[in-house]
Amino acid sequence: MSSASNPLLEAKGITKYFGTITALENVNLKVHAGECLGVVGDNGAGKSTLMKVLSGLYKPSAGSLFFQGKEEILESPRDSQNLGLEMVYQDLALAGNLPIGENIFLGREPTKNLGFLKLLDFNKIKELTNAHLDKLKINVKSADQKVEELSGGQRQAVAIARSTAFNAKVVIMDEPTAALAIKEVGKVLDLINSLKKTGVGVIVISHRMDDIFTVCDRVMALFQGTNFAEASLSNTSRDEVIGWIMGKK
Amino acid sequence: MEDKDKKIESLHLKLIPYFEKYGILLLLVLMILVMHILQPDVFLSWRNVTNVFKQISWQSMLALGVFMVIVTAGIDLSVGSIMMLSLMILAVVAKAGAPWFIVVLTPLIAGFLCGLFNGLGITLLRMPHPFIMTLGTLYIFRGAGNLISGGTPISGFTDEVRYLGHGRIDLQWLGLEKSQYLPVSLVLIAIVYIIFWIFLNKSKTGKWIYAIGGNPNAARASGINVNKILIIVYSLCGFLSGIGALILAGRTDSGYPNAGLQSELDAIAACIIGGASFFGGRGTVLGVFAGVMIMGILRNGLNLMDVSSFWQQVLIGSIIVLAVYIDVLRRDIGTRK
Repeated sequence: MSSASNPLLEAKGITKYFGTITALENVNLKVHAGECLGVVGDNGAGKSTLMKVLSGLYKPSAGSLFFQGKEEILESPRDSQNLGLEMVYQDLALAGNLPIGENIFLGREPTKNLGFLKLLDFNKIKELTNAHLDKLKINVKSADQKVEELSGGQRQAVAIARSTAFNAKVVIMDEPTAALAIKEVGKVLDLINSLKKTGVGVIVISHRMDDIFTVCDRVMALFQGTNFAEASLSNTSRDEVIGWIMGKK
Repeated sequence: MEDKDKKIESLHLKLIPYFEKYGILLLLVLMILVMHILQPDVFLSWRNVTNVFKQISWQSMLALGVFMVIVTAGIDLSVGSIMMLSLMILAVVAKAGAPWFIVVLTPLIAGFLCGLFNGLGITLLRMPHPFIMTLGTLYIFRGAGNLISGGTPISGFTDEVRYLGHGRIDLQWLGLEKSQYLPVSLVLIAIVYIIFWIFLNKSKTGKWIYAIGGNPNAARASGINVNKILIIVYSLCGFLSGIGALILAGRTDSGYPNAGLQSELDAIAACIIGGASFFGGRGTVLGVFAGVMIMGILRNGLNLMDVSSFWQQVLIGSIIVLAVYIDVLRRDIGTRK
């Protein structure tokens, strides 16, 4: 890979304490453009904490983040979004009472001026939403449908659409297929593959070896808050990765 | 056959949103019809209709404030006390001989500050639930109101101070009789409700208020400063209670210790009848207005028919339960589980 020397996103020596508990210790991670990195680990290995550090929800106790080679300090999710770093949370972080379009643009709504008032531009939200869903080949009845009326797979698709609506460069997904019916899993994995083709760097956290071995190019394992092992997909096997999760090399 | 089913289903899908939005208005219209049939001479007379609006004027302000709080999945039990404290401050300032434009501003500022206090307590002190913070301030604000007034009524305000609650807009230029005036408080209700309708439906902050009620984690992950929005919401709720105090000052010409006693429960009831969900994220400004109207018309109509106020309590309670049960049924049809 030509860009191997210039990762899009790199985390160096990330350490995170919660009081006296060490959730992460000296963890390194990098992802390149158009690459999918799988992150595996047992419950409590620190996967979700690491992702929350990358998305700006948690501030690391030590360590630094580099985005396109430049060191960045993230104070809030807004900061990471501004860089083009998007997160798809395991619980999807969608507001069920709002329509699809308003969820996708939540916090970043387009507005129009009416005199001195700044009002939401609902037509633009709808227009942009339809165009974006078309681009990702996501089928829903209408952008006005409330999220609580959607199926699990559709919700996951909306969450992914939301993460890519603003020219994201890196998308981090926490267990993107955990809550899905089997036939919906394939669609979401297709979506991840098409994201990679557009040059987006993708980080997938997953328990499911099928997911990792379908979409990822590289896999790294966390064990008790530390880097445990890492390999490109072609140099490892399911059994080996499962061993890493349980702390065996 | 299948086609027909599909047609019915799509008709359902098209109709449900309208029911969700306007169903409560149907109930309101139905009540007006029933009252009109029971009291054909009096109920829809100019005098009685304006009376209803005068009676609901200050409650409608409290209900609107509490509604915004309920949309965030919170609760504000202190609105009645905020109104009483604001009213007492107004009365003390008025008695001290301050000019009317200052007297008029005091309850608005006092209400806003009380709301801000609630908001800061809930966010900065990280109260486990707004119920606790506002239960505390329910006592604190009423106690403070009694402390500054000595627990006795203070009466007698100037016409300017009483204008919003007591003023009349003469309509004789339209060829109407002198008794057919428009209460200023009615115009005020309309203006305030329209402003807050625009705020909640058309502004970013308004959308974020609904988003917080729908899923606070989603709002936070979207980079929305949830605490800041909550502080704004509780402050506005206090501010609206301050407007309520100003209206009440006009209507009663007096600051009195029992002002707004239990009115927080009326405000919550109006929101619930109007279709706001206690779990947050659901409800409309129009619904709250309908809820306030339904309670106002029920009280007015039962008074006209000389029904005892004890029965009024029973009926209002029953309507709350009935309205929410209809809501439960509607949601069964409307959404997936």
